[in-house]
Amino acid sequence: MIQPTSNPPASELQIIEDATCTFCGCVCDDIDLHVQGHQIVKAQRACVLGTSWFLNHEIEDRPACLIEGRPASVEQGIDRAAQILVQARYPLTYGLSDTTTESQRVAVSISDWIGGCVDTTTSVCHGPSGMAFQGAGEVTASLGEVRHRGDMIIFWGSNPAESHPRHFTRYSLMPKGMFLPEGRKNRTCVVVDVRKTKSAKAADIFVQIKPKADFEGLWTLRALAQGLELDPHQVETDTGVPLSVWQDLMDRMKKAKYGVIFFGMGLTMTRGKHANSEALLLLTRDMNRYTRFVCKPNRGHGNVTGADNVVTWRTGYPFAVNLARGFPRFNPGEYTAADVLARGEADAAMIIASDPMANFSQPAREHLKSIPYIALDPKETPTTRHAAVAFCVATYGINVPGTVYRMDDVPIPLRPAFPSPFPSDLEILQGIERRVRSMLQN
Amino acid sequence: METFILIPGRTSNQGVGISEGKFKSTYQAEIHRLLMAPDDMRRLGVAAGQTVRLRSEHGQVDVAVEPAKGDELPTGLLFIAYGDLSSRLMGGDTHGSGMPTSKGFDVMLEVLPVPTNPDPN
Repeated sequence: MIQPTSNPPASELQIIEDATCTFCGCVCDDIDLHVQGHQIVKAQRACVLGTSWFLNHEIEDRPACLIEGRPASVEQGIDRAAQILVQARYPLTYGLSDTTTESQRVAVSISDWIGGCVDTTTSVCHGPSGMAFQGAGEVTASLGEVRHRGDMIIFWGSNPAESHPRHFTRYSLMPKGMFLPEGRKNRTCVVVDVRKTKSAKAADIFVQIKPKADFEGLWTLRALAQGLELDPHQVETDTGVPLSVWQDLMDRMKKAKYGVIFFGMGLTMTRGKHANSEALLLLTRDMNRYTRFVCKPNRGHGNVTGADNVVTWRTGYPFAVNLARGFPRFNPGEYTAADVLARGEADAAMIIASDPMANFSQPAREHLKSIPYIALDPKETPTTRHAAVAFCVATYGINVPGTVYRMDDVPIPLRPAFPSPFPSDLEILQGIERRVRSMLQN
Repeated sequence: METFILIPGRTSNQGVGISEGKFKSTYQAEIHRLLMAPDDMRRLGVAAGQTVRLRSEHGQVDVAVEPAKGDELPTGLLFIAYGDLSSRLMGGDTHGSGMPTSKGFDVMLEVLPVPTNPDPN
């Protein structure tokens, strides 16, 4: 059992300024943390999600390593983990969205040594958008540019009021910008969704689209942008929204000086998936004939964008990569974790900073439970509970430094609050890589 | 039994619960709560807190229902926070995309009878 250091720091209050919150893709880096000993007691400026993140990641009284549910040393865990990976014929490395870029790099290296699949939580989040980027391209901007210029902000299939609570206040709706001196008053907010979410209540215009009809809605707008004549009855039947509403929206979009479309799981997880994302990317591109328009996927986890970047640097592709032939191959649907598990193909796995046992389909979860896998997480989760080797690791951004990428691909440093007796993801992965290489050489 | 469209999604409470711990009450309560439009609840005679059975082509779950606030949810739609229950109803097929259909899929809803109190005698 890991014990706190024998001389714990005195419990006088320490303030860590401009700490970085990594709960969601907003990656707010203006949080002032009030720290007493091994506990954050206040997170100034953090939203409800960030506050819970900071205040609930304390030092837990758990072993740093469990092998088959029994306490073991970290060295034993690393050895067993390396054995599992080296002996596998089709190993899968998955997750990576809640760890540092430094750790993500090592995870990709391990996948390369063992000739496995490497996939990230992108595949069940904005993976379809990633596929669409490759076909349609992304006309985009930083969140800073949105804050200073964006006068028409559209949220399509995204509910930032619940998933990214500071999105409106820090970036997209409320702040005064260089070219928007009156802040909210200078902006028009549109929400397109199948239900009236909390975000819809903050909007000037809410378009309640029929479920599973986002593709049709986006292509209606594409047609209207080009002045094509549409059958009103057909449009309303297909989308659940009268043509006049779409026309009004397009007229407003064309009058905007700088339009922004943020999009979310409402597009990527429903009928159409990458075709929905592609339609939105193409609409954004189309709009640049008339005015300036950009789009950005709202990313859910603190460093899922980092995972896209790192896996792309290392392999040429952002997710769904297979390295079994000694060179990277990319194929969503073939090498993505949801498929590799649901089809029963992987015979071992390493799950880093994610929880597929909570969120994957039943066939995928049943198969994952049946194979030996390694899990790294600061918290106990359904995934760590069934792992052959489970490491309790220090929390990135709270205990350990590193680099993360905000949803707009801006790299941001972490400013940790207090040390942890647990090893970091990086230390564990570096240990596994050394052991894997040593085993392969022998 | 009736067909509805199920929308699993994120909620702030679920996010708070993730940090507290997925085995603790905030997260567990949030992922075990199904929101239904009040008009649908009235029409089907479902009371707040009553259990319904949801069946998809991939699985079934029993879950307690709460009314959505006001006009948040149109009739014919159900909402649940992402988690174990929504995952049980999801299929493994990603149709070549890597992404299972996780939102906006059909479920059959069956209202389960309220258990009667056992005779104390």
